[in-house]
Amino acid sequence: MRLPAFLRLSPRWAPYVFISPFLLLFAVFSLFPLCFSLYLAFQSWEPTGGLRAMEFVGMSNFTFAIKDGWFWMSLRNTLWLALASGVPQHLVAIPLAAFIHTSFMRLRDGVMAIYFLPYITSTVAIAIMFRSLFSQDYGMINAALAGLFGMAHTDWLTNAQHIKPAIAFIVFWRYVGFNTVLYLAAMQTIPGDLYEAATLDGASRWKQFLHITLPSIKPMIFFGVTLSVIGGLQLFEEPFILTGGKGGPQQAAMTSAVYLFREAFDFNDFGGASAMSWLLFVVVALLTWITNLAFRPRKGRA
Amino acid sequence: MSVAAITPAPVIGHGAAGARTVRWSAYLIVGIGALFMLAPFWFMFVFATHSRGEIFNLPPPLWFGHDLLANFRLLTQRIPFWLNLGWSLYVALMATVLTLLFCSMAGYAFALMEFRFRKALFGLVMATMLLPSFMNMIPMFMIMDALGWIDQQRALYVPGAASAFGIFLMRQFASSAVPKELLEAARMDGCGEFSLYWRIVLPLMKPALGTLALITFIQSWNNFINPLIVMRSLPNYTLPLAIRSLQSTMNTEWGALMCGSAIATIPLTVLFAITSRQLIAGLTAGAVK
Repeated sequence: MRLPAFLRLSPRWAPYVFISPFLLLFAVFSLFPLCFSLYLAFQSWEPTGGLRAMEFVGMSNFTFAIKDGWFWMSLRNTLWLALASGVPQHLVAIPLAAFIHTSFMRLRDGVMAIYFLPYITSTVAIAIMFRSLFSQDYGMINAALAGLFGMAHTDWLTNAQHIKPAIAFIVFWRYVGFNTVLYLAAMQTIPGDLYEAATLDGASRWKQFLHITLPSIKPMIFFGVTLSVIGGLQLFEEPFILTGGKGGPQQAAMTSAVYLFREAFDFNDFGGASAMSWLLFVVVALLTWITNLAFRPRKGRA
Repeated sequence: MSVAAITPAPVIGHGAAGARTVRWSAYLIVGIGALFMLAPFWFMFVFATHSRGEIFNLPPPLWFGHDLLANFRLLTQRIPFWLNLGWSLYVALMATVLTLLFCSMAGYAFALMEFRFRKALFGLVMATMLLPSFMNMIPMFMIMDALGWIDQQRALYVPGAASAFGIFLMRQFASSAVPKELLEAARMDGCGEFSLYWRIVLPLMKPALGTLALITFIQSWNNFINPLIVMRSLPNYTLPLAIRSLQSTMNTEWGALMCGSAIATIPLTVLFAITSRQLIAGLTAGAVK
């Protein structure tokens, strides 16, 4: 079946037709919102007043954010959670991937699927699971800690001191498998004869790990840590759902993204929230750049 | 894909007892880790079959109980469960169809066609991948408000339908799987540009389309933040939002809550069990390249 001539796409225009849905959606739902949010950062606006209620206020949204105690506290919470959940992820994922790489052949796909499962599970389901597991009097985690180590029951989710480690643990649990799979994928690209040669030379497993595996997965470590930094600084769903959208006891689990949400949708300060989002964007960009400097694979090495 | 080419695992030493110890300790550590990954799911499924009173026992139940049906009945009384499930399915399917269409079109154009600003536009696609999601939270709400899309499902599947990740994945695959000569030959034979895409390019991209479909479906099914921002009324909620609304009351019905969470988790777990290999390869493809 041939289309009539006027419907046939000329090769000259075809690419523009093919990218037009992307261009349209990008303009409406990415570019415009971004510009608008920058505009809004200099306005005072309550959505209840309608669009006319907007008023230019210069830098005052930014000065408000910089003087705002909650802004800095939520940033500290975010950094704490990003470090406490991010660092262990990689310290566990790398050796774990090495164990799977060296000792699992037939079961490998199944093992990877199990470790990956939390990553593809709904955050709401995960938060609800852990809310019951972390519950003070009847939670499985306290029951297990009491049974194994005789520890007294801890008020994980209602104490400002304890909620951060609890959330860091959940985030660790959720993403450690994802990182393991990343590292395993990198290890699978290492040529097997490197290990064979090392074994013939009498190098121990530990030496092989140190001198073959680790250097080979360096680019992946860089990539994985960057992903963790970017993801950790945007942490929203886990603390939001676990604390009923409020940030927990004394706002101890209020991350920057949660505060941003509250500033806009609880306190109706859209201008202030927009200004904060741009300040946070600068922080995220800076920290990502620092990670880049610290972990970038150096050129000229294997 | 380079992930698929699994190199043989390193040769284990000369049958020495040491090597066996290493191997068994690896089994042990990886096995304990796997239990650690699965345990929360186990308790979710077990608790879904117990009444609230039984869940709050000491020690908590470790094995299945008899209250699954009662919990489910309670769940359907508290929220319009079937409606919420239906919306979740509808939104996920619409998101998948639109994403496959738009991303494959754009990815094909970026990979195999010449046009102005091609490099700059693709750079833009890559840049949006780096943008933190919280930047979009407030303007997204305002756009939806301006469009009159608040509390409408299209607000959930339209905006992400030309996702940067999808376009990137499609472009990578198209540039390696679709031979340029084939397109030229088809053009010589008088094949129109659209049927070229529909009859030649799309069939060649099937593996990547499958991967993208899985990823999109899963992301949409689990999506929490977008519905949180735009959806307003319980009968319009997708499942995660509806289930969460159960736990805001003081007397949380834990049995019903667990039952709902388990039901929301099962479809993806099954889908994942069947396709985990392809899915994992797809999700890590960008990283290994």
